[in-house]
Amino acid sequence: MAILEKHKILEKNASLLLVFSFLVVTVGGLVEIAPLFYLENTIEEVEGVRPYSPMELEGRDIYVREGCYVCHSQMIRPMRDEVERYGHYSLAAESMYDHPFQWGSKRTGPDLARVGGRYSDDWHVQHLRDPQALVPESIMPKYGFLENRMIDPQGIADKLRVHRMVGVPYTDEMIENAVADFNAQIDPFSDGADALLERYPGAQVRNFDGKPGISEMDALVAYLQMLGTLVDFSTFEPHASR
Amino acid sequence: MSTSDKKPLPEDVVGTTGHSWDGIEELNNPLPRWWLWSFYACIAFALIYVVLYPAVPLKSGATPGLLGHSTRAEVAREIERFHEANADLVARLIEADLDPEVIRADPDLYNYAVQGGAAVFRTWCAQCHGSGAAGVQAAGYPSLLDDDWLWGGALEDIYTTVTHGIRNEDDPDARWSQMPAFGVDELLTQEEIGQVVHYVRKISGQEHDAALASDGEEVFLYNCASCHMDDGTGDRYQGAPNLTDAIWLYGGSVETLTETVFYSRFGVMPSHQERLSEADRRAVATYVHQLGGGE
Repeated sequence: MAILEKHKILEKNASLLLVFSFLVVTVGGLVEIAPLFYLENTIEEVEGVRPYSPMELEGRDIYVREGCYVCHSQMIRPMRDEVERYGHYSLAAESMYDHPFQWGSKRTGPDLARVGGRYSDDWHVQHLRDPQALVPESIMPKYGFLENRMIDPQGIADKLRVHRMVGVPYTDEMIENAVADFNAQIDPFSDGADALLERYPGAQVRNFDGKPGISEMDALVAYLQMLGTLVDFSTFEPHASR
Repeated sequence: MSTSDKKPLPEDVVGTTGHSWDGIEELNNPLPRWWLWSFYACIAFALIYVVLYPAVPLKSGATPGLLGHSTRAEVAREIERFHEANADLVARLIEADLDPEVIRADPDLYNYAVQGGAAVFRTWCAQCHGSGAAGVQAAGYPSLLDDDWLWGGALEDIYTTVTHGIRNEDDPDARWSQMPAFGVDELLTQEEIGQVVHYVRKISGQEHDAALASDGEEVFLYNCASCHMDDGTGDRYQGAPNLTDAIWLYGGSVETLTETVFYSRFGVMPSHQERLSEADRRAVATYVHQLGGGE
């Protein structure tokens, strides 16, 4: 066939073969990736989802640093057994401000996408300190050292700026008040608590570990207690086509 | 040996592709049949899939496909299927109106409530109360196996506790009471705390300093009796534990009691109103009720 004869030109010319191979691979990439940028239904708009407050963000970084994602997923799949065990299946919008996302790929421990509010702060602190004291069958390591590591909030504004660079809509006001908001989140009676709640609606403001100062334990528990709580599923109507 | 005995050379059978590098030629073997047919089958499968399932991205969404498949609709259908299968039992459970006698009188219903409740318990309650419901001694998570109840052990009481939780901020109907921090807030002196601790050890039948305990009685009557009652047997209406039995939430040693009085302690239980269905809450209450301590 004539076209196969022409193909010989490609086969005999390495540079040309490289260029055309690249073009073929590009088509695959375009079809699979490009629609995600323009399709309206890739991420449905959901009320309630907001960027992380400075303390939640700090807690999230500790979650990543300690490798919690290695054993815990944050992705409730749309299957009956998962919905009945963990709650409403996860929505893409719920991790739209995660960089990187914490969906995980393996569950040695349970899914944490909706762990917020499921246990008391006290439970989280006791459980992180010594998981086996509360759940004897658990194989989770101990994280009691978090209680003794105080967080210096100086780097937090920069952290928010970095997240803004990758697309999280932190406003100038949020960045300016990052340190104040961070300090306000453990004290519901402080002056900054109302401003914090205005900037981050639904944030939980209290002393999470019950001890003075803001330790890594405070930040991690603040993060865990807000996971999956931002969307009100009593009013949320899932779009059927997704 | 004649030339006819010779096996034919492969290039004479299948020919060559005509490619030749330094005199080395490439045989033109056909593709294995099984491979070729699998390849064609894959192409056919892909075409059928594109027609039946959501596939081609267009302007505002992907083509829906003839089958109208959607994982969300599927999970909703699946859940609905089980709801329907249990609808009759659920209706009977709600009709029983938290009367343990009525539930027990109906073997099917009782079995459903206890087994279903056990599954709910293992998923939602075991993390604090233990997979065997024995609680965690010294950590403040009460055992649900005994007949010592903080907020009441009737089926209806257990149901209310499960539904609204205790001292949580999500549910306005949560059970609520708070022991004052007698030391931190300087309501009692260090000396008075020592006295009342020994009095509590006395009424709970433990080793105590008799002199301190007799001074502690007055401290107790003025500061503790409004919730724990004059005789220290507690008040379920306020979730105040009975101090005269040997069952402790945090511990009955002098050190632990002193810490409890000085800093105060209380547990928090989440609300399950929106986490569990009405039937699941009634089932788990029935399960807990029949563990041994139900009233």
